[in-house]
Amino acid sequence: MAAASQTVLELRDIVKEFPGVRALDGVRFDVRRGEVHALCGENGAGKSTLMKIISGLYPFGSYGGDLLVDGQVRKFAGIKESQATGVAIVFQELSLVRELSVAENIFLGREPSRFGIISWDDVYQKTASLLNDLGFNISPSARVGDLGIGQQQMVEIAKALALNAHILILDEPTSALSDTEIEVFLGMVRTLKQRGVACVLITHKLNEVFAVSDRITVFRDGKSVVSYLARDVNEHRVIADMVGRELTDLYPRIDKEIGGPILEVQHLTVPHPTIPGRELLHDVSFTVRKGEILGIAGLMGSGRTEILMSVFGALHGKRKGTIKLEGETLDFATPQEAITRGLALVSEDRKRLGLVLEDTVSRNISLPSLGKLTRFGVLDDDGEMKIAKDFVRDLRIKTPGIQAQVKNLSGGNQQKVVLAKWMLTKPKVLFLDEPTRGIDVGARAEIYKIVGEMARAGVAVVMVSSELPEVLGLSDRVLVMCGGRVTGEFSRDEATQEQIMAAATRFSH
Amino acid sequence: MELVTKLKQSWRTLTMVFALILIWIIFQYVTDGAFLESRNLSNLFRQMTVTGVLAMGMVLIIVSGHIDLSVGSVVCFLGVTLAMLMQKGYAPVASLLATLGVGLLISLVQGWLTAYQKVPAFIVTLAGMMIFRGLSMGVTAGVTIPLEDSWIKAFGSAYVPVAIGTGIAAVSVLFMIVTRLRRRASALQHGVATSSGLLTFLGLLILSALIAGFTYTMNNYEGLPVPVLVMLALMVIFNFIATKTVFGRHVYAVGGSVEAAHLSGVNVRKIVLGNFLLMGVLTTVAAMILTARVESAQPDAGQLLELDAVASCVIGGTSLMGGKGTIAGALLGALVMESLNNGMSLANMEAFWQYIVKGLVLVVAVWLDVASQKAR
Repeated sequence: MAAASQTVLELRDIVKEFPGVRALDGVRFDVRRGEVHALCGENGAGKSTLMKIISGLYPFGSYGGDLLVDGQVRKFAGIKESQATGVAIVFQELSLVRELSVAENIFLGREPSRFGIISWDDVYQKTASLLNDLGFNISPSARVGDLGIGQQQMVEIAKALALNAHILILDEPTSALSDTEIEVFLGMVRTLKQRGVACVLITHKLNEVFAVSDRITVFRDGKSVVSYLARDVNEHRVIADMVGRELTDLYPRIDKEIGGPILEVQHLTVPHPTIPGRELLHDVSFTVRKGEILGIAGLMGSGRTEILMSVFGALHGKRKGTIKLEGETLDFATPQEAITRGLALVSEDRKRLGLVLEDTVSRNISLPSLGKLTRFGVLDDDGEMKIAKDFVRDLRIKTPGIQAQVKNLSGGNQQKVVLAKWMLTKPKVLFLDEPTRGIDVGARAEIYKIVGEMARAGVAVVMVSSELPEVLGLSDRVLVMCGGRVTGEFSRDEATQEQIMAAATRFSH
Repeated sequence: MELVTKLKQSWRTLTMVFALILIWIIFQYVTDGAFLESRNLSNLFRQMTVTGVLAMGMVLIIVSGHIDLSVGSVVCFLGVTLAMLMQKGYAPVASLLATLGVGLLISLVQGWLTAYQKVPAFIVTLAGMMIFRGLSMGVTAGVTIPLEDSWIKAFGSAYVPVAIGTGIAAVSVLFMIVTRLRRRASALQHGVATSSGLLTFLGLLILSALIAGFTYTMNNYEGLPVPVLVMLALMVIFNFIATKTVFGRHVYAVGGSVEAAHLSGVNVRKIVLGNFLLMGVLTTVAAMILTARVESAQPDAGQLLELDAVASCVIGGTSLMGGKGTIAGALLGALVMESLNNGMSLANMEAFWQYIVKGLVLVVAVWLDVASQKAR
């Protein structure tokens, strides 16, 4: 028993400063052997900074305080040194080489070799036994780029564990996973725990925190404000500590009127771009009305994202079926056409698809509307700045200024910039794909409010989300997808999580 | 205090300016004062026009995430086209328009292959570099073609009369002051960070002094060279395109993130093709200036011009990753490159040194960029 309660990782009074900001201020934190310690806090609370210190990404000397692994003070100069002591990190953004196989990725940089020649048999056998051990059903020879994000995540974890890590740090591990994948993932965390691995879990999803954690530490504004045993508290308490206030209602109740149909999609069928005979979408039909929020639920790969991308004209390849906007049959061949006709898409991958990260807040907001911001072909800088300033104020975007680069904003504020950019186009239909992925609770509530207000103003909203509470909390109607088909449709009042999950797993083949 | 932060913000431009001043001082010393004579400076600016003109188009292409390696050969081919048409007795205007047509056709094909057929620009324009060099050698049969006497020669060696040159300078200063002050007023109105009144005043004073000094130096010799005037006019136009038009904004957005731009309704292919077409115009102008200056079209003209243009952009702060770069920076880069060429020739250093030194300056400039990004 003595071994089980042994502290393997300890942080004492960690202070980390960036020019103008104190990102960490006297943080204390520890993890014991065989324990899952969850780290909760809004974005910008300092969690990621702390992880970068633990992993050696911010080397010794760039922070104050002590970092102890297995009872010894460590002075990591880089990530190699932290790995050598058994610390492994799985970051939010995956770091796999898409063109290589699973096994090649797992052994990347430390391929077993004799006289410089890689023994591939070894690589594949070891990978197979490792994956088998962890209960992952992935082929060692599969190309990583062909795997779903959930499976890629598992490869990443396997890669970390292949290094014999006994301290595993998971930074937002489930943000891209579907509910079934999350179940598998949580099961895996429990297995690791039994094996004595110490896990630090960083996530915004409190249900996961309570499903696997032993202890919870809440971060706020660079300080570790409180730690408690998971069994002693509930979600409300944790949220209250995270935001520093009681959050009354995450989902706004908005009195709005639902009008006539705006967007009608009929018999939409989209073939798979590379595999002949397979279809991404099969005979999908739905209607969204003025002022209505239509939620689309389903597992990863069920075709949710593809519906939005296809209608928006962003998917290559042929498309069958008809799309009607306000009764007029239209064929959106490119996003440009879709935008001109009044569609807007907040994409799943904010950093890659939603924003030009190096550009400023104001330039990102105006990008789709530049055509309207000109006088005799000359850009109206004045008007552009005024618009950006108004949005920053109205949506409460936290930024040093409208000329700040968006890459320096937090996830929630970046998402507000994306919303602002589409609000400026005055859309009739707004597509939202995972609108709150990786966004903290406080900013989430604000984003729901913005979306609610847009619906009240008459915009027809279609929202794809992996998070059922979000779908149920915000939608007037819910469409459930499975295997590229619509397998269920529920009104807000009749929809329950159980019904949606049942429909989402109703495979027809 | 404000001055310090301001200097830090624009340190990239400043290091380049300091590097330029340093280079000039060194050459002034090495050449016993010949370098900074009006005559030599006039020469220097005239010599940089071809690279400078091409660098402006190259910036936009590089910013959008592509590259054009064909410009040296294309400039040569267009020069040959121009000289041959005039030799056949066609009027200068007609020959020039026909040359422009050929230039646009070449860039249309290269742009179409790059933008619409997704052949990497590196490959398309590398092929273009070989093809148009070969064509130039073929149609001339390796012989130099003299340029017939016409007003076109003015673009090589003529000067703007002193009075007109001074007038242009005065108007530019006035224009600069008005636009700066208007920009400042609008920034203040919208709460965007901007420099204080004193600093704005100082900045305007320095820039006005530079323009005055430049004009004085040029006038002190024969006047503002016509090709330099052409280059400066193009600078104003291209700077306007890059910063004040939807097209220019879209170029930077495409370079920053192709996917995000596409999903924001930017017609990515049109933007890339547009950049190549602009380059088609610039290669024609460059061909005209080059042919007029040497009064003939040579089948080996313009060799390595493409790399000079790329180097100018890069020294001027353009990122080969796309999304970043300015027209003014590229011209400053071209001036640095040409100063090295000119100064070393003037100092009677052997030609091989020019390549070595230019190479070193290029790699150091980018190294500084990378190092500074890491530091931040």
